[in-house]
Amino acid sequence: MTATLDEICVVALAEAFRGDGEVLCNPMGPLPVIAGRLARASFEPGLMLTDTIAYAIEGNLPLGGDPSTAVIEGYMPFRTVFDQVWSGKRHVVMGASQMDQYGNQNFAAIGPYRKPKAQLLGLRGAPGNLLNHPTTYWIPNQARTFSNTVDVVSAPGYDRIAQLPEASRRHFEIRRVVTNLGAYDFDTEDRRMRVRSLHPGVSLEQAQEASPFELAVTGDVGESRLPTDEELRLIREVFDPSGVRKAEFR
Amino acid sequence: MADKRMTEDEVIAELRSGMTLGIGGWGSRRKPMSLVRAILRSDLTDLDIVSYGGPDVGILCAAGKVRKVTYGFVSLDSIPLEPHFRVARQTGAVDISELDEGAFYLGLMAAAHRMPFYPTRAGLGTAMMSENPDLKTVRSPYDDGEELVAVPAFQMDAAILHMNRADAKGNGQFLGPDLYFDDLFAMAADKTFMSAEQIVPTEQFLQEGSIHTLRIPRTHVDGVVQASQGAHFTECPPDYGRDEAFQGDYAATARDPEAWEQFRKDWLELESHDAYVAKLTEGARNDRHS
Repeated sequence: MTATLDEICVVALAEAFRGDGEVLCNPMGPLPVIAGRLARASFEPGLMLTDTIAYAIEGNLPLGGDPSTAVIEGYMPFRTVFDQVWSGKRHVVMGASQMDQYGNQNFAAIGPYRKPKAQLLGLRGAPGNLLNHPTTYWIPNQARTFSNTVDVVSAPGYDRIAQLPEASRRHFEIRRVVTNLGAYDFDTEDRRMRVRSLHPGVSLEQAQEASPFELAVTGDVGESRLPTDEELRLIREVFDPSGVRKAEFR
Repeated sequence: MADKRMTEDEVIAELRSGMTLGIGGWGSRRKPMSLVRAILRSDLTDLDIVSYGGPDVGILCAAGKVRKVTYGFVSLDSIPLEPHFRVARQTGAVDISELDEGAFYLGLMAAAHRMPFYPTRAGLGTAMMSENPDLKTVRSPYDDGEELVAVPAFQMDAAILHMNRADAKGNGQFLGPDLYFDDLFAMAADKTFMSAEQIVPTEQFLQEGSIHTLRIPRTHVDGVVQASQGAHFTECPPDYGRDEAFQGDYAATARDPEAWEQFRKDWLELESHDAYVAKLTEGARNDRHS
């Protein structure tokens, strides 16, 4: 079976959860939700996942599936989710409207904060997430999102975090940034964004072209891994038979 | 025992312009909409709203009732960006204080517990600090010495919320998946007014839900309003889901001032909640669409 870009992105996001063990996996948006459920079904069985309402559920619930058909293993109302955030046993996937080379992220507003040109989602839970537990980002359009500066810092990047006292930054981690072109991390001396892998068929030049800032490269850049046949089956037949995931690349 | 039953308009008579008003619920979920509409047909103005915001915030902003909004987010859930709130933000029509969603919970809890603040890491290094110049940090008095954001208590003159069931004494019961933070709103505000789908005899509570659903204690409730469909068009499970078609119509009026004025007249400024429910059940909406 030949994997398509959306499926490669699902797997690249799922890989961000590898090694997490028993944490609350809280992906925002359809493609990240598929990725979280795939990670649990494939290689990270300890993950806890919700129906995106208030229940932690077992099993392989399809996207938008009826949670009453699933086995409920826990109760996760919003108050408990915040407790979970502060306890650190959580890994979230968020989106971004702008992101700079240190991982500063904006999905709050475009233009001046007090009277924005475009009010977007707002700060939401981003400030608390970043200070408390690992965060991964899903960016379906890298060229449009990567930027030299962000208009509003809804989630801090490594340069801003470096200015905080050690005690405040000890739980901070941007685990991964997955885009339509590749997967990135911040595993560099100066904590700038680094190419971790590029999706099959994407050259380093193309990835760089789609970024106004210089992407750090250390050693050989690998290729994002392909889904296994079983992972493809899960994505196509179980989690997202109607192909909702493909609508994210606009 | 005091009978706390009252009407929407009697609640409004207890409120004043310039007040800080908390609104329970979450996004487009279990919002006290019959009370919000009662505010719309009153003279109240210059309100400071504290809310995990949904159409309550959008409607009050669009109607010019708001001076400032303190919020963790404002969203219609199925429509991620509240369109009327977007207009208010983009025209600079209202002052705001936006907090991290979890930090917002701490502001409610601090007020409920009569603490000056609760500490958190949330906000450090972000616009939450730079855009809220009144927010201060504190240093841990223990060996760690960690610097933390001190989220101040949200002092509220009054709060309004909507429950599935209540008794006439002011006990409240939620039957849906999430209480949200309504108990904290009730405890935090000087006065709390609670609408409910049904006012039932106290002994009936446990016929519909377990003991864990009795989360609003009458010690923190000053008035109870019978309002079936009181959260419409937001969801109020298990009594009803969100009216997505109605919400879609509401959202669309943000693009057109004339459509908004018409919607406001047709639906938001009816003389009573009874008239609103009658109009809904008459199928007047279907006529409007035909």
